[in-house]
Amino acid sequence: MSSALAHLPIALILLPLAAAALTVPLDERRRTLKAAISVASTLGTIAMAVTLLMAADALPPESPAVACVYMLGNWPAPFGIVLVADRLAALMVTLAGLVVLSGLLFSIARWHSAGSHFHALVQFLLMGLNGVFLTGDLFNLFVFFEVTLAASYGLVLHGSGEPRVKAALHYIAVNLAASSLFLIGVSLIYGATGTLNMADLAQRVPTLAASERPLLEAGAAILGIAFLVKAGMWPLCFWLPSTYTVVAPPVAAMFSIMTKVGIYVVLRLWPMVFGPDAGTSAAFGSNWLLAGGIATVAFGSIGLLAAQDLPRLASLSVIVSSGTLLAVIAVGSAGVTGGALFYLVSSTLAVSALFLLIELIERSRMPGADVIAITADARGDEDEAGDGAADPIGIAIPATLAILGIGFAACALLLAGLPPLSGFIGKFLILYALFPAGDGAAATQPPAVSWTLLAVLLVSGLAATVAMMRTGIRVFWVPIETTVPTVRFLEVVPIVGLLFLAAALTVEAGPVARFMQATAESIHAPETYVRSVMTAPRAARPETEHAP
Amino acid sequence: MEIILALSIGALTSSGVWLILRSRTYQVLIGLSLLSYAVNLFIFSMGRVRTKAPPILSPDAPGNLAHYTDPVPQALVLTAIVITFAMTALLLVVLLAARGLTHNDHVDGRGGGQ
Repeated sequence: MSSALAHLPIALILLPLAAAALTVPLDERRRTLKAAISVASTLGTIAMAVTLLMAADALPPESPAVACVYMLGNWPAPFGIVLVADRLAALMVTLAGLVVLSGLLFSIARWHSAGSHFHALVQFLLMGLNGVFLTGDLFNLFVFFEVTLAASYGLVLHGSGEPRVKAALHYIAVNLAASSLFLIGVSLIYGATGTLNMADLAQRVPTLAASERPLLEAGAAILGIAFLVKAGMWPLCFWLPSTYTVVAPPVAAMFSIMTKVGIYVVLRLWPMVFGPDAGTSAAFGSNWLLAGGIATVAFGSIGLLAAQDLPRLASLSVIVSSGTLLAVIAVGSAGVTGGALFYLVSSTLAVSALFLLIELIERSRMPGADVIAITADARGDEDEAGDGAADPIGIAIPATLAILGIGFAACALLLAGLPPLSGFIGKFLILYALFPAGDGAAATQPPAVSWTLLAVLLVSGLAATVAMMRTGIRVFWVPIETTVPTVRFLEVVPIVGLLFLAAALTVEAGPVARFMQATAESIHAPETYVRSVMTAPRAARPETEHAP
Repeated sequence: MEIILALSIGALTSSGVWLILRSRTYQVLIGLSLLSYAVNLFIFSMGRVRTKAPPILSPDAPGNLAHYTDPVPQALVLTAIVITFAMTALLLVVLLAARGLTHNDHVDGRGGGQ
């Protein structure tokens, strides 16, 4: 392992921190400089994340170590805090960088001037996200979680105004209560096992005395509730649509990764701590996850069908995506989790693009256009035609609307899981793994669960198709109003970029699916992770050190 | 001593939860603060309650861990206090902004009169 690679995990946290610290004292009028620092730092983060991802991918699946273990202060694992970059962490860090970059680019066109310190908050958000994904310590997870949340409070308030302040009040109160639960859960787990290191925890749980198990399970359940609030599981998700619909669109696009933080922690901790080795605690809570996930999909799908405006449609898509992931992860087999990871990446990109797209679409419409649009009779004549001569307004509207329309259609295909885009491949991989017919392997779950999940995935896809199609007809197939949507090039770039990534996932589906499969296997067989954390060698002392 | 600690955590938590469910923003804020005190005491108690056992090694005491209490929960409490304090201060600012924008202190901004 080269020495530069060894320092990447800490650099991923320090670079956004330094960028944020640089932009805070700069005057608000020097927006170009602030934006340049912010974009440069995000690009650097993505470059480092991709390097880590490639390093993790280059390891053979049976490799005895993960890509990189960084010991803070050179303290060995159970005593100090470690940062661990394995496949899952590298994947999530890359995804976070891409989503934040697209929101950031979009905001430079106009949104970043709606309030102060936007770029500093974005960089703190990125730092917190990277920390959450890389840390190998439960309490450190709490600290980075709070960094992320603190930045997100500022971002929810970005642009101010009564609806945002009210939404922020609810958002902060809900998250403060969830943080209290998080602390209770962490301290219960510490009280039961005497460790906060995730790898050490995984080692200690199988040998835990029966008298300590109720304490551990209560702690895990309370910790789970804290994360499921973030992930937006059904009875805990009512804060989500009301917040995501009012925040500034680039912020909403960045927040599409925030719900995935909850999913990530479930993916990371649950198979590691409550894997098959955990004795009587094995697969603790899987029924709750499954039932909660299915209820979340049902809630989200019904909400989608009832949604009357575009932002609400997008925020309910977030809930459907979370619910699908939770229900599917609860099955607890590596094949299904591999498909779930594919779906996670695809749906995060799609939701993020949708939030950005919605702002551009809404900009071209009058307030209350939702109601007027219902009477739309047929396809607008300027739909995709190039004959600008007959058109008094000019070619600008058809071109813009064509791009917006194609983007919306792509988002709809991705979210509904229809071919040919990557949403379909994600759902297909999940369903294929749920019914292991050809492999001769016995199904690890009762067939009722598989069939229920099949129905849930397909019906939620149908609901998403219906909802998106109805909205698309209302929005795009209407005679064009007098307002011309002025869309800047910089605002289209991130949307096209995100959708291009989703298309690339489809084209390169084979290698990507293999990577996701390897990731899922490492999640469900955490021995490699545990061993590389617990036996990671300490860095050698520099030779130049002299005794005083 | 254990019963006093347990009772105080219970009293703080129940009053915190009661206040969070109230409709005025200031009551919610105080409720969250009480809840965070309860959580801090709870973290502290997870290191097991012991008297006359310092968390830091001292040169004149015997070098046996049985004479010391667990220092980790106390360090965690310090971090938790700092973070919760900052977040509560932020919530207070948002609360005042909401009060200014909606002209009342109901959590939904729609309270009737006083």
